[in-house]
Amino acid sequence: MKVSSSNFKSNARQALDDKQLQSALNHVRNNFISKRSKARLDLPEFDALRDNARAIKDHTLEHLDFYLEHYERKVVESGGKVHWAADAVEARGIIMDICRKTNAKTVTKGKSMISEEISLNEFLAANSIIPVETDLGEYIIQLRGENPSHIIAPAVHLNIDQVRDEFRKAHTHLSPNRPMNEPETLLGEAREILRGKFLTAELGITGANFLVAETGSSLIVTNEGNGDLTQILPRVHVVLASIDKIVPTLEDLAQITRVLARSATGQEITVYSTLSTGPRRKEDEDGPEEYHVVLLDNGRSSMLGTEFSEMLRCIRCGACMNHCPVYQAVGGHAYGWVYPGPMGAVLTPSLIGVDKAGHLPNASTFCGRCEAVCPMRIPLPKMMRSWREREFEQHLVPPAHRKNLALWAWLAKHRRLYRLTTGLAARILAIRGGLSKRINKLPMAEGWTKHRILPAPEGATFMKLYRRRLRKGR
Amino acid sequence: MSSREQILKKIKGSLRKTQTVHTSDEQRNQAVLARINQHPRGIIPARTSLSRQDLLYHFCEKVKASEASCKIVESYEKAGIEIQKFLRQHNLPQLVRIGTDQRLNKLGWENEPPQLLIGPSDGQDLVCVSHAQYGVSETGTLVMTSGPENPTTLNFLPETHIILLNKKNLQESYEDSWAALRQRYGKEKLPRTVNMITGPSRSADIEQTLILGAHGPLRLHVIVIDGK
Repeated sequence: MKVSSSNFKSNARQALDDKQLQSALNHVRNNFISKRSKARLDLPEFDALRDNARAIKDHTLEHLDFYLEHYERKVVESGGKVHWAADAVEARGIIMDICRKTNAKTVTKGKSMISEEISLNEFLAANSIIPVETDLGEYIIQLRGENPSHIIAPAVHLNIDQVRDEFRKAHTHLSPNRPMNEPETLLGEAREILRGKFLTAELGITGANFLVAETGSSLIVTNEGNGDLTQILPRVHVVLASIDKIVPTLEDLAQITRVLARSATGQEITVYSTLSTGPRRKEDEDGPEEYHVVLLDNGRSSMLGTEFSEMLRCIRCGACMNHCPVYQAVGGHAYGWVYPGPMGAVLTPSLIGVDKAGHLPNASTFCGRCEAVCPMRIPLPKMMRSWREREFEQHLVPPAHRKNLALWAWLAKHRRLYRLTTGLAARILAIRGGLSKRINKLPMAEGWTKHRILPAPEGATFMKLYRRRLRKGR
Repeated sequence: MSSREQILKKIKGSLRKTQTVHTSDEQRNQAVLARINQHPRGIIPARTSLSRQDLLYHFCEKVKASEASCKIVESYEKAGIEIQKFLRQHNLPQLVRIGTDQRLNKLGWENEPPQLLIGPSDGQDLVCVSHAQYGVSETGTLVMTSGPENPTTLNFLPETHIILLNKKNLQESYEDSWAALRQRYGKEKLPRTVNMITGPSRSADIEQTLILGAHGPLRLHVIVIDGK
């Protein structure tokens, strides 16, 4: 997937002016938040489960090498194969190899963000293999040639009219005058078409929400059932998962899944949670004959042991973006790569470099809601701050910005001069504020006052008040 | 060096950097084996600390909350009659896809029995009946295991899915199901597919409007056999 994170500012401006997008984003603003909040209230143990989920993942990451080895052993015991991929190129090569051996022409796909991360669809298409996204949202955006704008609701940026137009364009074998007013009709149409694909595809690729070390199983959670049809109908099932998806045991899995759906869609549990272990057994009459797991690193092992290590706890529920005022305002595409919102602002620079994605950790109000709702209690604002520091250290910040900061730092270290300057500035601003005590336009900070009103300072400076109080105290 | 070795080496290296107290690889490996061996339970929601009968009612409430329907009957004989009634009510043909689960032989029929098609589904079936391995009262979830008894395709392809559950197999939590699965299939083992199903399939991908019947069944009916 092409990276356009460095255009965040212009992407965001465009998104803010896009009326259609703004109306679609209302669904994020209204739905997700209230549903999560209700689910949380319905489970008194919710916050304790979050603590536990966090502890489980921390333990797993501290022992990741051994859990991966145990997991691999169990997959092999159950008749499956594990392929290790250091990066996107290697992962794509492995999948291509399996496709060739399978003689696959059509590949059905369950929803997988890792697949986006390694640009799998473009790659398969370039190699004459037809990838078919089967999650309804993913199917819609694949028709449109778009990328997901949300990690769990990929088509959340669209309204029904756009879906209808797209279906009319793509499904030309159907009458152009057919009734298409209701979302039910559109879903029915997609179901019908994809059913055919499910039954003919030679190979199915799914992601994994978790990999269970104890049994060598992959778990996927879906509401549509598309992931399941992808993994039981074709002759070959390929699981594409990153190394951070491991959990130790089925019990640990249950702890974490209890907070996953509640944080994501506000459901207690998704309609389908499916554990897959190896290929079909000899007595089975359905299920895939081959089971492959592609275990992808792609930069994650380097995150371990750094200040961004905690990001590897992420279970991709999307709660951080649902609650983020920046995401709510600009949507997911503005972030310019696979992962949007606060988790994307932390993960994207880790995976593709802060030089390309430095704008993302800067696009935060630091309101802290992302951390407050994160089921895995990932300190997202702290990590965004760390990225800002790294960006500065690596001289990636524009020279004017750096100069101003250096001037500020110098001033702040000379307290007399600092107090004099700030005291003076406060008085000037108070005068400028006039009777209304509001400043609508501030020289040198027009960018800031363009959308906001600065309240004028009132009364004495902090230091003056402090001294006065000290004197009184004595 | 293969990618496998490379990745594992990198992980070990990264972890060593952060260790405040020195733990040897051997100690870490032992910790992993111990956790997998003991598989400690975490927090289990108190909502299912109920009497057997209330656990059943809680289960049915949760099934209904998941947009499925739920019926309690006294026996397998009565379950068959309930299936026929359900098919009539929904204007469905008396033609049912099933697996080879022995328990389904005990179903009793009223008048003309429905025609039974045995084996996995090829996507042409309208209705199927399968038997759940367990039910989880916590969320009204049915635990289905793969095999010729109840082929996995039955859980997803037919439009209407009827699932039978024996009250004896009703459990409080997911953890209880894991314990039962371990007993049945062995330590650190699972059947090829374990489907945990909570309600009929759905999508909210078009303007966040919830619509039932996405790629899986449109209708899910759960019949619990509560033999006295």
